[in-house]
Amino acid sequence: MIEHFSYIVTVFLMITGLFIVMARGNLIKKLIGLSVFQTSVYLLYVAPGKLVGGTAPILAPQYSVYSNPLPHVLILTAIVVGVATLALGLALAVRIREAYGTIEEDEITELDNKVEVLEEQTGPRP
Amino acid sequence: MSLTQHLSAQLPAHLPALQVVLPLLSAPLAVLLRHGGFAFAIVTAAAWAAFATAIGLWLQVGQLEPGGVISYHIGSWAPPWGIEYRVDRLASFVLLLVSGTAAVVLPWSRASIAREIPPERHYLFYAMFGLCLTGLLGITITGDAFNIFVFLEISSLSTYVLIALGQDRRALAAAYRYLIMGSIGATFIVIGIGFLYLMTGTLNLADMAVRLRAMESSRPVLAALAFLTVGISLKLALFPLHQWLPNAYTYAPSAVTAFLAATATKVSVYVLIRFYFSVFGESLVFHELPLPQIMLWLSLFAMFAASFIAIFQDNLKRLFAYSSVGQIGYITLGLSFDSVHGLTASIIHLFNHGITKGAIFLLIGGIVAVSAVRGAPSMSTTVTFARIAGLGKRMPLTCFGIVIAGLSLIGVPGTAGFISKWYLIVAALEAEQYWLVGAILLSSLLAVAYVWRFVEAAYFRPPPAGHESRNEASLALLIPAWVLVAATLWFGLDTSFTVGSALEAAQQLVRSGQ
Amino acid sequence: MGNDLVLRVVGKLLIPFILMFALYVQFHGDFGPGGGFQAGVIFAAGIVFYALIFGLENARKVMPDWLVETMLAAGVLLYAGVGVAGLLLGGNFLDYFVLAHDPVHGQHRGIFWVEVGVAITVCGVMLKIFYMFASRGLAEDQK
Repeated sequence: MIEHFSYIVTVFLMITGLFIVMARGNLIKKLIGLSVFQTSVYLLYVAPGKLVGGTAPILAPQYSVYSNPLPHVLILTAIVVGVATLALGLALAVRIREAYGTIEEDEITELDNKVEVLEEQTGPRP
Repeated sequence: MSLTQHLSAQLPAHLPALQVVLPLLSAPLAVLLRHGGFAFAIVTAAAWAAFATAIGLWLQVGQLEPGGVISYHIGSWAPPWGIEYRVDRLASFVLLLVSGTAAVVLPWSRASIAREIPPERHYLFYAMFGLCLTGLLGITITGDAFNIFVFLEISSLSTYVLIALGQDRRALAAAYRYLIMGSIGATFIVIGIGFLYLMTGTLNLADMAVRLRAMESSRPVLAALAFLTVGISLKLALFPLHQWLPNAYTYAPSAVTAFLAATATKVSVYVLIRFYFSVFGESLVFHELPLPQIMLWLSLFAMFAASFIAIFQDNLKRLFAYSSVGQIGYITLGLSFDSVHGLTASIIHLFNHGITKGAIFLLIGGIVAVSAVRGAPSMSTTVTFARIAGLGKRMPLTCFGIVIAGLSLIGVPGTAGFISKWYLIVAALEAEQYWLVGAILLSSLLAVAYVWRFVEAAYFRPPPAGHESRNEASLALLIPAWVLVAATLWFGLDTSFTVGSALEAAQQLVRSGQ
Repeated sequence: MGNDLVLRVVGKLLIPFILMFALYVQFHGDFGPGGGFQAGVIFAAGIVFYALIFGLENARKVMPDWLVETMLAAGVLLYAGVGVAGLLLGGNFLDYFVLAHDPVHGQHRGIFWVEVGVAITVCGVMLKIFYMFASRGLAEDQK
């Protein structure tokens, strides 16, 4: 149980994040859930790369145990991707708020449906 | 030796890097210039250069012995430590599709986005288009698992922006929805890659495959397979995971729709094939898990349900978006046979459907450009059936093109769509699944129904009063679209390129997967 | 919060050190934790701090929009330029070994310029995101 601690945290974050994305209708809350979900992946990569007692992989005579640096580099990239996704998602949420006046998903769907009914009724543009 | 001589001697060896770097360089240059016209010129030139590079790579692969691979070491670090670009028959085939579509869509886009996007954002459109192209080409060419994720996100993030550039406010909601679902898909993919990395200790796909063969299949490897399958299926819009697609295609600017419909989902299919055959290997994917059956039923659902939904759409763009979901079903159906012919059918249809849908969306974009007035309310750009009544008289070339491409969707002999369905049926007969032949023909009938709706509206309904005069799209819009329409006809008659490449690619994949 | 005297004084004192620390993180990346990503974010944080205290308009005088957008593109170009330089000097793309006469020195030179490119782009992106959200809020308040 203790030795699998990091995996338990990872899976908990993963499920929490995914649940928030699916269950919440608020566009900002969905993005928060998405970020939590992505964070769990950072942990999935980084935690197994750590060796207890290991140091940074810089060659020096007094150290012989090194942590694997590759997962950290990969996750640095994934973090940047996560930041970009979050920024873009928030920017879209801001513009959706300006265009629709709401950031609740069900209200947006309702507004869309109204427009669609209108469109079906209109014929050629006068 | 002078510098130019040195460069021209070195050039063929560096084509894999140039394939990705040229479009990558074009995007920041487009931002720096801050001018729509210059940005257009640079990104278009980069796309053409990428197309030329793809042709060069295709020829180079042809010169290798069968099953040969071009390997390029980024930064001169040898694989499996460094990042490797690998070009085999399948990769060069998909590179041709992606760069070729970009080379056709970009010249077309100039006239189209003049109507659909405000001029001060044109340079951003081209920068994003360049990045999207970079991402899609990068996914195809790279031989490194994590690199696939990075390029996937480059293409996805730029795609979200491109969709959000649509005029209608529903484009924003569609882009947001795609962002959420696409990010979940990408995260699933990165989890899958993470499991594979934990189990094998390598990120190089070829090295990973060797190490996976050597070890007993274990639960983390199967979990990786499951995560990758779900994640990539989200990206390629396999039937129950397709919800992001219809609205995204409907409300994106027309040039974006055409480019995405022809390439984005196809590249995802490529990634799926790559992981199934080149990494996991056939035995793991198709014999230890009931994946063929799952794939078969999901494909059938896609072919019937999505095509059925398409029939009842009132918006022309959304009709063909649902048709795309249905057609993706044919591609994955070919995968589920787990045979050389099935895989060949998948790869052929990936290409044929790409050019067919590209042609259709370019032509619909022409209708939008003719009917749209800049600054008018967003509803004026939606192409509904009521709005295209009698269009066959007003825009004869556009409508005729859509009809030809529609015949290719149905699979009428003489068009590209027929070739893919033919090979699909051959694969079904070979697998002794005779009932599937009936299913493929039945679902083609659904395609007849939705294409007929267009024909009926465009040719048999009278045009509205005051709109009888001829009002064809400009040549700048017609020529690129007709290039793709002509390609649909050409590849329906001369199959040596498509079938030859696909068969060779399939044999190479199946051999490496055993 | 722009009128708070303590904040203004502390801000004026701290901001030079924040920017200096960014440069330290950037150039010390060879020997310790650091590099372009972190340096770019720290540098951008200094500017964001300035904008929070002295107002968006003043920050835009220091780092105008055109400069931010140029940084965004220039950094990527610098990165890719290093890669192309490797190509031109006879190596593969992003080959640092050929950038100087001996390979170790070449690696140093290559990673240095790549990290400068990363720092410029990251700083530009961070500021772009900040300006984008900050100016939208203002526009709505004024309505």
